[in-house]
Amino acid sequence: MINVNGLRKRFGAVTALDGMTFTVPAGQVTGFVGPNGAGKSTTMRVILGLDTADSGEALIGGRPYRELRNPLRHVGALLDASAVGPSRTARNHLLWLAHSQGLGARRVDEVLQEAGLTSVARRRVGGFSLGMRQRLGIAAALIGDPPALMLDEPFNGMDPEGIIWMRRFTRALADDGRAVLVSSHLMNELEDIADRVVVVGRGKVFADAGVAELLAAVSDGRVTVRTTAGGPAAAVLEAAVLAAGVGSVTPAGADALVVAGLSAEEIAGLLGRHGVPFSELTAHRATLEDAYLNLTRDAVEYRATVAGEGR
Amino acid sequence: MNGFANTLRAEWTKFRTVRGWVLATVAAAGLIVALGVMPGMEGTCGKHGLSSGCELPLGPGGEEVTDSFTFLHQALTGDGSITVRVTGMTGILPGGDPHGRGDTGDPNGPNGTGDPNSRSGRGGTDGPRHGVAPWAKAGLIVKADTGQGSTYAAVMMTGAHGARMQYDYTHDLAGGPDAATAAHPRWLRLSRAGDTVTGAESADGVRWVTIGTARLPGLPATAQVGLFVTSPQYTEEVHAGLASGAMGGPSQATGTFDHLATGDGWTGTAWQPDVIGAAGDPGAAGDPGAAGDPGGADDPGGPGGSGDGPRSGAEGFERDGDTMRLRGSGDIAPAVAGAAGLGVSISQTLVGTFVGLIVAVVVGCVFVTAEYRRGLLRTTLLASPGRVRVLAAKAAVVSGAMVVTGLTAAAAVVVLGQRVLRGNGVYVHPVPTLTELRVVAGTAALLALAAILALGLGTLLRRGVTAITAAVVLVVLPYLLAVTVLPIEAARWLLRVTPAAGFALQQAAPEYPQVAGLYTPADGYFPLAPWAGLAVLAGWAAVALAVAAVALRRRDA
Repeated sequence: MINVNGLRKRFGAVTALDGMTFTVPAGQVTGFVGPNGAGKSTTMRVILGLDTADSGEALIGGRPYRELRNPLRHVGALLDASAVGPSRTARNHLLWLAHSQGLGARRVDEVLQEAGLTSVARRRVGGFSLGMRQRLGIAAALIGDPPALMLDEPFNGMDPEGIIWMRRFTRALADDGRAVLVSSHLMNELEDIADRVVVVGRGKVFADAGVAELLAAVSDGRVTVRTTAGGPAAAVLEAAVLAAGVGSVTPAGADALVVAGLSAEEIAGLLGRHGVPFSELTAHRATLEDAYLNLTRDAVEYRATVAGEGR
Repeated sequence: MNGFANTLRAEWTKFRTVRGWVLATVAAAGLIVALGVMPGMEGTCGKHGLSSGCELPLGPGGEEVTDSFTFLHQALTGDGSITVRVTGMTGILPGGDPHGRGDTGDPNGPNGTGDPNSRSGRGGTDGPRHGVAPWAKAGLIVKADTGQGSTYAAVMMTGAHGARMQYDYTHDLAGGPDAATAAHPRWLRLSRAGDTVTGAESADGVRWVTIGTARLPGLPATAQVGLFVTSPQYTEEVHAGLASGAMGGPSQATGTFDHLATGDGWTGTAWQPDVIGAAGDPGAAGDPGAAGDPGGADDPGGPGGSGDGPRSGAEGFERDGDTMRLRGSGDIAPAVAGAAGLGVSISQTLVGTFVGLIVAVVVGCVFVTAEYRRGLLRTTLLASPGRVRVLAAKAAVVSGAMVVTGLTAAAAVVVLGQRVLRGNGVYVHPVPTLTELRVVAGTAALLALAAILALGLGTLLRRGVTAITAAVVLVVLPYLLAVTVLPIEAARWLLRVTPAAGFALQQAAPEYPQVAGLYTPADGYFPLAPWAGLAVLAGWAAVALAVAAVALRRRDA
């Protein structure tokens, strides 16, 4: 469990964090999204005791990071996958980390296996691809078998296979009961794995909600009906919409209607009862991307304005 | 404490898993040893039969001494006193002043042997000239026997240091500062009571001032008493363009005496002139080190003869009524290494230390700047959030590695290197075991503290190249400049205030103010006492580490 409460930090004239507040509960993947420069990395560094906030607090299991004894046993972090000594082997990189937490070489071999790096364990990290470095970073984050994990942009630089692995792995970590915070500037990367999303911009939280909740907020419940009997279908559905007092039926091309105000189940029942044939019903599912763009529009506009004024 | 142990272990794992750092450290040790036993160092000791073996007489304290002088003496028993008036000192110095050639009128050179030590004039075209060496000595002496290294007490006039009382080679007491001249002669008196000898001086032979008293437990009832004159190896610093060094050679002095008298129980007039420690090349030293060869180590040479007994000094003695002239060359003093002495000291065998020092500062810097460069420092601080603890662990690891390097390399040079050098015929001054231990441990401390200083600089500056440059300029450069191009005063100043002061830990031979010589850093003499040098270096390292700790704590990582 990670608690972030009212973090504020300025770098000179730039406000990096402006009252950042959220929690990362156990057993869930919490997405941490926002445009570049929104304060995601700074927040993570403050949580991890690398940067000092001007005010506010960040607690891991109720204690600030710098007070943790063997901190990697409380929280593991993947911040920058290229932050490794290139001349050390993967195994030796993990070995010094293990030693720093009072752990031995056996734990190193375990996390190498978990991250799928056993075959390259004795190769120098300098020759690793970014994807392999991400795996090494995951192995490093897991070295202390911590109940909480923070991954900053873990999908960066990974090939599709690696992305699938990383998604499954992240999900599995949460299903083990760990609190997992995953940052990304691409909402769709989080769509299938996040239980909750914290959307940030300009150093503060715009939205902190479950994924379902967030989708409902941007979804307008439209359904596309694909049918060869456009006329009868429109008549049936318009009558139902009128009866309900809300909604609309709009033709979309030669063989499709877009219906608002009725659920896909209601439409299927109505058309079936009236014997109108249809080939496909598609509920418009709002994507997390839509929700994200909607929520961060203000921030983006603000930045565009500032940039324009600068010229 | 457990936390620190973990951090320490992690930092050690980090250090040993970068092959380049380990190899560099091992190579540093190898270079220190290699430079210490350089095959170029060749000497002549022991290479021309047994009699060419290099052995110096030992004084009553077991220390090596120079004991060569002209002695007008007789054996006198029991208590008594001897008095003389010194009316002047003249002398001949080796070359060094090209304009002084014409006035000497002594084509045979200072020794009057026709072979004025062919090496002495290596400084250039100059020849001998008139002048009295500052530590030329003329006066009275009571000495156990005529063997070199026997116990003695003497009172004397010197070339430039006034009246002195000296005894048993290492002891020196100052009297009045005036020199003896014909216009202002000085009276000297030596009195024996049991094993106590008192030296006194006087301007008029009436009012006496005691200079000092010596207890000579080993002085037999019958001792050799009389006049002596000697004049040491003369050296001066030479500057030729950017290079500086030392040149010189043997000097010679003539003391003029009158009113020689014994009393208070001593009687006798059977004065006999002898040369003590004569071997045709009295007090000769090895190559005194010519300009452009500041190390002076290419030909350490050997001492003069082993002193098979006194040689007649008749040609160095003239008597004209009451007036006596005694001519001598040599010294009665502890033996010193270096430009004015002979052979090499173990400090000089450790010249390779500066290479080890470069490695130490590079490794010290890179141990932290490599982490800054890659962002690895963040990972380090995630694992160990106590930043001062991380810095302390890094300092412990890097200095520990340097301690092992320094101990191994210096021990090898001091133990094996001495043996190799002696086998090559190079004379190496033996030093007490405690001094050897201090030199070895000091070399280790020098490397370790330099690495800590570099670690502090690396943490502060964060960029490898900048930090290494700063560390080399602070630690290594002052030493290199001091032993090569800098004039001696500038060199000594640098070696007092910069971290290079720590080189004082390597000084093996003590410096005697009463022994003429150039106590230059190149010859293994440093301006600070070993522990003072250590303190200066440790101070620098402590300040650098403390400032680095504060900066590391304050900064965002």
